[in-house]
Amino acid sequence: MTQADIIVKAEDICKSFGDHEVLKGISLEARQGDVISILGSSGSGKSTFLRCLNFLETPTSGKVTVHGKEILVRDGKPQNARHIETVRSRLGMVFQQFNLWSHRTALENVMEGPIQVKRTPKAEARAIAEALLDRVGLQDRMQMYPSQLSGGQQQRVAIARALAMEPDAILFDEPTSALDPELVGEVLKVMQSLASEGRTMIVVTHEMAFAREVSSEVVFLHEGRIAEQGPPEQMFTHPKTEEFQRFIAKVK
Amino acid sequence: MNPLDILIQYWPRLLDGTLMTIKLTFLGALIAAIFSPMFALIRANASPVAQAPLRFYISFMRGTPILGQLFLIYYGSGQFRPFLQEWGLWTFFRDPFNCALLAFALNSTAYQTEILRGGIMGVARGEVEAAKAIGMRRVKILRRVVFPHAYRIAWPALGNEIILLMKASALASVVTVFDIMGRTRQIFSRSFDFSVYLWAALIYLCITAIFVLLWRQGERMLSRHIGSPSNSRTIITPPEGPKA
Amino acid sequence: MFEILSFGDAGWGDEILAGLAITVQLAIVTLPVGLLIGFAAAFASMSRNRALRAVGFGYTTIMRGLPEILTLFVVYNGVGLLLNKTAQWWSPGGDNIEFSPFAAGVTALGMVFGAFAGEVLRGAFNSLDEGQMEAGRAIGMTPRQIFFRIRLPQVWRFALPGLGNLWINMLKDTALVSIIALDDLMRMTKVAVGVTKQPFTFYLFACLIYWAMCVLSEIVLAQMERRANRGIRRA
Repeated sequence: MTQADIIVKAEDICKSFGDHEVLKGISLEARQGDVISILGSSGSGKSTFLRCLNFLETPTSGKVTVHGKEILVRDGKPQNARHIETVRSRLGMVFQQFNLWSHRTALENVMEGPIQVKRTPKAEARAIAEALLDRVGLQDRMQMYPSQLSGGQQQRVAIARALAMEPDAILFDEPTSALDPELVGEVLKVMQSLASEGRTMIVVTHEMAFAREVSSEVVFLHEGRIAEQGPPEQMFTHPKTEEFQRFIAKVK
Repeated sequence: MNPLDILIQYWPRLLDGTLMTIKLTFLGALIAAIFSPMFALIRANASPVAQAPLRFYISFMRGTPILGQLFLIYYGSGQFRPFLQEWGLWTFFRDPFNCALLAFALNSTAYQTEILRGGIMGVARGEVEAAKAIGMRRVKILRRVVFPHAYRIAWPALGNEIILLMKASALASVVTVFDIMGRTRQIFSRSFDFSVYLWAALIYLCITAIFVLLWRQGERMLSRHIGSPSNSRTIITPPEGPKA
Repeated sequence: MFEILSFGDAGWGDEILAGLAITVQLAIVTLPVGLLIGFAAAFASMSRNRALRAVGFGYTTIMRGLPEILTLFVVYNGVGLLLNKTAQWWSPGGDNIEFSPFAAGVTALGMVFGAFAGEVLRGAFNSLDEGQMEAGRAIGMTPRQIFFRIRLPQVWRFALPGLGNLWINMLKDTALVSIIALDDLMRMTKVAVGVTKQPFTFYLFACLIYWAMCVLSEIVLAQMERRANRGIRRA
C-alpha cells in the first residue's frame, strides 16, 4: 500500500472546549475502500472527532490530510486555512439531523453542491442528481420538499447530496440515530451498497450490526482516546480492553 | 357639509397626496432594504467592539422621536448651509422631500437591521453546516442558505415595519411635503370641513389593508416549501406600537 | 455653545426645562388613561358578546392603523369643533369652549396607547395557565380573589415587555403635540431655534434628552421585568 492510497489521515487530533479536553490525541488512517466504524459512549468525543476531519470543528492541535492537502493546526489556528474549503469539497458528510435545505426540493438539494461549488453546468448537474436519487430509491420523490419526506427518505436524499460531490471519502455522523426504528433499515441498506462499491467511509454509529458486518475496521473511543481498534470480528469476539467489553455488554 | 362634496371637489389633491405617501414610504423602505442586510450581518456576527458604532446608531434611531430626527435633518442642515453649499449638497437638503426621505430611510434602516438580525439568527444551524460541509464559500452560503431563510422568518415583522413607516411618513407634512396628511391639512385650512380628515383616515386604512393582503401573499409564496400553511403573523395593524 | 443652553436670561436652559416638564407631565397623565382604555379594549375583544367583540376589534384595528398625527388632529380639531357647536348651542354668540392642546394630547395619545395595549393585554390573558385558576377555585377562592391575586399578577408578567415598549413609544410620540402648539420639549426647542438660528444644535440637544429618557425607561423596565419574573425558571 503506497502513501497515495491513504485518503484521509488524522494525526494526533486534540480538541478542548475551554477547560474541557474532549479529544486527547487521536490518529487515524483511512485507505481507499476502508469502511471505518467509530464507536463509543456519549461524551467519548466520536462526533467531535469526525467533525474535526472536515473542520466543522477546528481542532486545538493536530494535522489533517485529505488527498494530499495538509492542514496543520497549532493553538486552535489552522495553518493552511485556504485548504479547508477544498478539503470539504473532497469529503462528503451525512448528518444525524439530515440538514437538508428546507427551501429546496430533493432534486435541488442534490444539484446545489455541484452547481455552486464545482461549477457544473445545470443540465449536467441535473442528470447526476437524478441518477443518484434513482440510486438511493427516490426517483418518484425528486420534486418534493424535505417537509414532505419521511426521515428515512430525507437521509437518503442527504446521502445522494453527499455523493453528488464525487467525494474521496464520506463521513457519516450517527446517520440513523434520529430515525424511527422502522426507517433505519432503508438507510443502512444504502450505506451497505456504498460500502460494497468500494467507497471510503468513516461512520460514527450506534448500529452494532453495521459495525460488525459492513466495516473493515472498528475504532472504539473512550474518554477522548482510542481505547481499542481492529477488524470487527476480532474486536467483537475477542475484546481486549475492559472498557470495550463493558461497552459491548451495555449495547447488547 | 356633505362629506361626499369634499371628496368630489378635492379628489385630485388627495390622489396626489396618496401617491406622494406611497412614494415616500416605498423609497424609504427600499433604501433601508438595501443597507440593512449588511448591517444585520454585522449585528449577528461581528465582535461587540466592531458592532459598537452600529449599535449606537440603532439606539439613537430607536430612542429619539422621528419628528426630532426629521427636524434635525431638515432644519438642522440650515445651520451648515455654507459648508453644504461648498460641497454642492445644499440643493439636496433644501428640498423637504429629500430631507424627509433621508430621515425615514435612516430610521427604517435601523429597525430593519434589527428585524433581519432576528431572521438571520433564526436560520437552522444544521443547514448552514451542510453547506459548509459541501465546501460552499461563505458568501455563497449567505446568498443561497442564510438570507432566503432569514427573509422568510423576518417577513411578517418586515411587513409591520413598512406599515409603521407609512404611518410615520405622515410627519413629512410638518415640513411641507404634500403627502396625504399635507394635502388634508391644506384642504381643511381652506374648507374647514372636518370630513376631509375622515377621508384621509379611510385612505390610510385602505392602503394598509391592500398592503397587508399583498404582503401575506408574498409570505405564502416564500413558504411554499413548508408543509403546513404558515400562521401568518402579518396582521392588519402592527402589534408592537406606533413608530414614534 | 454651553452658554446658550444655560439657565437664566442668557440661555435657553429654563425654557427647555419647562418644556421637558410638560412632556413628562403629558406622558405620566396619558399612561393611566391609556392603560384603562387598554383593559377596556382587551375585555371587549375577549367578551362572549359578539357586538362587544366587534367594537373591540374595530377600535383596535382603526386606532392602530392610523398615523398618530392624524388621530391627534382629528381629536384636537374634531373635539374642538364639537365643543364649539355645543357652546354655540348653549349660549349663541358667546365664547367658545377651548379644548386645550394638553387635553387633546392626552386623549389622542391615550387612545392610541390603549389600542396597542389592548392587543398586548389580550395576548397576555390568552397565555395564562388556566390550571392555576382551577387550583384557586379548588381552594375555594372567590372569582374576585382569583382575578386579583392569581390572574392579574400573571398577566402583568407577560404584558410587561409589550407595555414597556408602548410606554417608550408614547414618550417619543409626545413630541407630536408641539405641532398643535403645546409648549412641550420639542416646541420649546423650536422656539429657541427661531431666535438663536442654531437648529442643529438645539434639535440635537432635544433628541439627546428624549434618548436619555428612553434609555432610563429601558433600565427601569428591565428592573421591573426582573422582579416580575422572580421565581420563574426560563425554559
